[in-house]
Amino acid sequence: MSWEVVIGLETHTQLSTRSKIFSGASTAFGAPPNTQASAVDIALPGVTINKRSVFARKNYFYPDLPKGYQISQYEIPVVQGGSITITTKDGVKTVRLTRAHLEEDAGKSLHEGLSQAASAMTGIDLNRAGTPLLEIVSEPDMRSAEEAIAYAKTLHTLVRWIGICDGNMQEGNFRCDANVSVRKAGDAKLGTRCEIKNVNSFRFLQHAIEFEVRRQIQVVEDGGTVEQETRLYDPDLDETRSMRTKEDAQDYRYFPDPDLPPLVIDEAWIERVKADLPELPVAMKARFEKEYLLLPEDATALTSTRATGDYFQQTLAELAGIPNVPYLSQSPDVANAKSVANWVINELGAFLNNHQTDIENSPVSPAQLAQLIAHTGPFKGTISHKVAKDVLAAMWAGECGGDADAIIVARGLKQISDAGAIGKTVDEVIAANAPIVAEYKAGKEKAFNSLIGKVMTATKGKANPSQVNAILRKKLGA
Amino acid sequence: MALSSAEIQRIAHLARIEITPAEAVDVRAKLDSIFDLIGRMRAVDTAGIVPMSHAQDVTLPLREDIVTETDRRELYQSVSPAVQNGLYLVPKVIE
Repeated sequence: MSWEVVIGLETHTQLSTRSKIFSGASTAFGAPPNTQASAVDIALPGVTINKRSVFARKNYFYPDLPKGYQISQYEIPVVQGGSITITTKDGVKTVRLTRAHLEEDAGKSLHEGLSQAASAMTGIDLNRAGTPLLEIVSEPDMRSAEEAIAYAKTLHTLVRWIGICDGNMQEGNFRCDANVSVRKAGDAKLGTRCEIKNVNSFRFLQHAIEFEVRRQIQVVEDGGTVEQETRLYDPDLDETRSMRTKEDAQDYRYFPDPDLPPLVIDEAWIERVKADLPELPVAMKARFEKEYLLLPEDATALTSTRATGDYFQQTLAELAGIPNVPYLSQSPDVANAKSVANWVINELGAFLNNHQTDIENSPVSPAQLAQLIAHTGPFKGTISHKVAKDVLAAMWAGECGGDADAIIVARGLKQISDAGAIGKTVDEVIAANAPIVAEYKAGKEKAFNSLIGKVMTATKGKANPSQVNAILRKKLGA
Repeated sequence: MALSSAEIQRIAHLARIEITPAEAVDVRAKLDSIFDLIGRMRAVDTAGIVPMSHAQDVTLPLREDIVTETDRRELYQSVSPAVQNGLYLVPKVIE
């Protein structure tokens, strides 16, 4: 039997505000419990809460929701429609958005870490209560866990790119709930869906969906029916399990909040935001591929965050501004971009990765990196690629103030391209390694590489490798 | 429209209000009269009219995104029946 998977995602993005949505309490993460919970957040009776989208009350009872309702948006949310373009190995696809609405977050329930006497109790921390969220709801347009991950990652990049959410999944600032169902291939009707909660990484999201798909297919193939319910993902067991269904949990009795008049966003405000909007990642990626002929995977890597895209472009601009950097082809930008992309993604990328840091915190600036790249093979050719990597390490460590020119001089790394000097070292190596020379003359090509290695060692890696090769070949052939 | 006593009990349960069967009779009569009023309003032709979402024709004022509240945990928790390590304690809830 062939099954089709249908997935829609609800993503809670915590908005990067300093204060809460309806109070002036701080939203900073990690404060002692209940020290950032104002009278409004903890719903002390008698406090008055003073936008055309409409705020509605979503009514349910839970201890981390002190008012007995969550302020959300229901009939008229702040955003309706829209779409997200995703790229998977199968190509490009558009996932439609249903809506995006503003709402307040609830507090946190802590079930562990209380004293023995309070073991039958649950601890409530209301610091998070009232933190603004934008819940972004997709249509059930995704057909595999892979598509769901691509959607979640694209959305994650976008919200960080425009600076509305820091995307920190560990702290719960970007949370995805996945609505998953299966149906027989060719069926027009959607199957019964389950909502999976408690997923705080892309990897877990993938595992949770894959498990849930297997589970639902098994249930149906065994002759059962899938119950609509909320399920929690347990990363330790790599499975989803039913949350004890809260009785009447589905009956939220939404109604417009009488305390809150409609939110009006006028045309001028929309125009102002539009004017301030940076080039978006999808557009920047397409431009990198078109203008610089970058490979799609390189363009994706360079637009993974806005800071990475900015860093790449700044380095490229700095490189073009360095005097005496020869251009390689008729399209200088293309050749330069290829080199810069490699340095940013692979070489600098390795340092960022090893030091668990982001490009915005890189100790090597775009100007400094451009200065180093200008010394490499395609450009001035002052140093070999291997030496350049050592120089980058020294720059990262702050040697000579991170100045590539100064490090190359101070360490005496300048590549030897003087035929006379290289010829002298080659003569010395030939004289000192008669047995290897004899092996080469007997037809062993490996012996030639061994002699190259000895010349490079003797010049501390500074000799121009192609010149060493030509000179050695000439001298041995003589 | 008239509500059944089962509906009355369900609404009370959703609102976490305990009512006795005797009270339910009284509440039912009151709710029925409210629904009668709604029924009469329904007779008005409202086609093409944007529904009101608020009684007053005002919009939500906006404020600067600055933190103005300070920590008043001690004061707020002074009226709580049980606290520990700064947490409010409630009967155990397990999901």
